[in-house]
Amino acid sequence: MVQSSASPKSFRLGPVVIIAVVVGVAAIAFAYTAGWLSPHRLTPKKVVAALAPPGGPALGHRRNHAKGICFTGTFEANGDGSALSKAPVFVRGQYPVVGRFNLGTADPNAADAMVRVRGIGIRITTPDGQEWRSAMIDAPIFPVSTPQGFYELLTASASKDPDAMKKFIAAHPEFITFLGWAKSAPWTGSYAEERYNSLDSFLFVDGSGAKHPIRWSLVPAAQPVSVPPDELTKRGPDFLEQEITQRVAASPQRWSVIVTVANPGDPTADPNKAWPADRRTVEVGTLTVQQIEPERDGPCLNINFDPTVLPSGITTSDDPFPAARSAAYSRSYNSRTAEASYYPGTTTGAKQ
Amino acid sequence: MTTSRKRFTAPQRLLHWLMAICILSMLFIGVGMVSTVTPRYLTLVQIHKPLGIAILVLALIRLTLRFIYKAPALPPDLPEPIKLAAELSQYAFYALMIGMPLIGWGMLSAASYPVVLFGGVHLPSILPVSPSLHTLLWRAHYYLAFAFFACILMHIAAILFHKLIRDDGVFEAMAPVFSRNQPK
Repeated sequence: MVQSSASPKSFRLGPVVIIAVVVGVAAIAFAYTAGWLSPHRLTPKKVVAALAPPGGPALGHRRNHAKGICFTGTFEANGDGSALSKAPVFVRGQYPVVGRFNLGTADPNAADAMVRVRGIGIRITTPDGQEWRSAMIDAPIFPVSTPQGFYELLTASASKDPDAMKKFIAAHPEFITFLGWAKSAPWTGSYAEERYNSLDSFLFVDGSGAKHPIRWSLVPAAQPVSVPPDELTKRGPDFLEQEITQRVAASPQRWSVIVTVANPGDPTADPNKAWPADRRTVEVGTLTVQQIEPERDGPCLNINFDPTVLPSGITTSDDPFPAARSAAYSRSYNSRTAEASYYPGTTTGAKQ
Repeated sequence: MTTSRKRFTAPQRLLHWLMAICILSMLFIGVGMVSTVTPRYLTLVQIHKPLGIAILVLALIRLTLRFIYKAPALPPDLPEPIKLAAELSQYAFYALMIGMPLIGWGMLSAASYPVVLFGGVHLPSILPVSPSLHTLLWRAHYYLAFAFFACILMHIAAILFHKLIRDDGVFEAMAPVFSRNQPK
C-alpha cells in the first residue's frame, strides 16, 4: 500500500484508507454470503412466502400441510433393516413414535374432501436419543424434479397470468405425470387407508460402511376403499380427522414399513421419477398408531418433521429435496412458533 | 486484571487466532446457511453445530487462561474513552463467545431438535420444548450474530488503528509471531 504523501504529518490518509477498505470488504463479503446482494438466490424465505395463500399465511400454523392431527404409537422393528443400515432403529425392538396425519394445503381450515394430497409425519426415537424423522405423502411421485421447479409451480399456481400454468408445464413437463395421478387416483375415506411414500431417496449405511440408495413407504394394513370425491364432500369438512379418531379408538392402525432398494442407475436425485416396480423391497417393521390427539396441545404441535433429522446409518443422497425441505421447514417453524399466540384456542373452535 | 508482560502468553495468542478463524467461519456459515435451499444448507448446518460447541469449549478455556495469566496493560497514553471501549469490547466478546453457542444449543432444545454433533453423537437437551423460549432464543441468536460481526469489524478497525496509526504495541501483544516491532 502506498501511503499518501500529501497528507500532513499529524494525519496520514493511507492507514485510514486501509482500515476502511479492510472493514468494507469484510462487510461486503458478509452481505454477499447472507444473500443480500443476490436477489435471484432461491432462499427459504422465498419458498415459504410462495406457499402462502393470497390472503397471507395462517399465523401460528405450519406453512404447508397446515391442517393435521397428532398421534402417538410405536415402530416395531423386525431386525431385517439391519442388513442395510446400522441405525439402531432397525434393531429388533419397539420404539416410540410421535406423528401427525396432515393435508397438503397451506389452509388449516380447508375442507378435507378438497385436498388431493394427504401426508404423514413421524418421529421415531431410539433409547440412545437418536431420531428418525420423516414426512411422507400419498402421491407415488413428487410433482416436480427440482426445488427450483417447486418454487416455479407455487408462483405459477398463484399467478394472475392465465397462461402461467401452461408456461410452467411447458418448462416442467414432468408435472404432467403428477397431474395424471392427481386426476385418476382413487380417493379413500381414511388416513388409515393411505400408502405414504418418502419419495425422496436416502442412503442406508450398513455396518461395513457400504451405502445403499433407498426409498421407503408406509403400506397400510387397512384395505383401501375407493370413495368418489362427491361422496367425501358430503361427509363434512373434518371427516378425515373424525374418522381416524374413531377408528384408532376402536383399534390401533398399522402400516408395514417397506424399504425399496435402488438398482444401479435408478434415478435417486429426482423424486418425480418412480423406480421400476420390480425393485427389491425389504419390510423392516410395523408402524402402529395407538392414539389420536388434537393438534392443539398435542405431542406433534411443536415438532418439525424435518426429513434430514436422521440417525447415524441413514444419510441424505444426491436428491436435492431433503436439504431444501429442511431449510424451508426450519423457516416455517421459526415463523409459526413466533406466532404461537395466533394458534386458535381449539383446533375446531372456529367451526363449532 | 493486568500483567507486567508486554504480550499475551503463547497459549492465549494461539487461542485468540484459532478462535478468530472459527468465529469468522461460524458467522459466515450462519448467514450463508439460512439464505439457501441448496444441499450446501445441510453441509453448513452440520458444521455450524459442532463448531459452535467447539467455540464454547475454547472460550471457556480461554477465559480460564485469562484469569490465570491476565492481559498486558494498555498503553498509558491511550485516551480514556478508547481505553474504556477496549475494556468493554473484551466483556462483549467473552459474553458473545460463551453466550452464542449456549443460546444456539438452548434454541435447538426448545424446538425439540436433537443437537447432533457428528454421527450418532449428540448433546442432551438443556431446555424444555417451548415455542416462546424458542422464539426468544432464535431472535437473540439472529440479532446477536450481527452484533458479533459488527464487534469484529470494530475490533479489526481498532487494531489496525493501533498498528498503522499509533504503532503502540497493542497489536504486537496479540500478534501470532514475534514481529520486528517489539512493544516498547
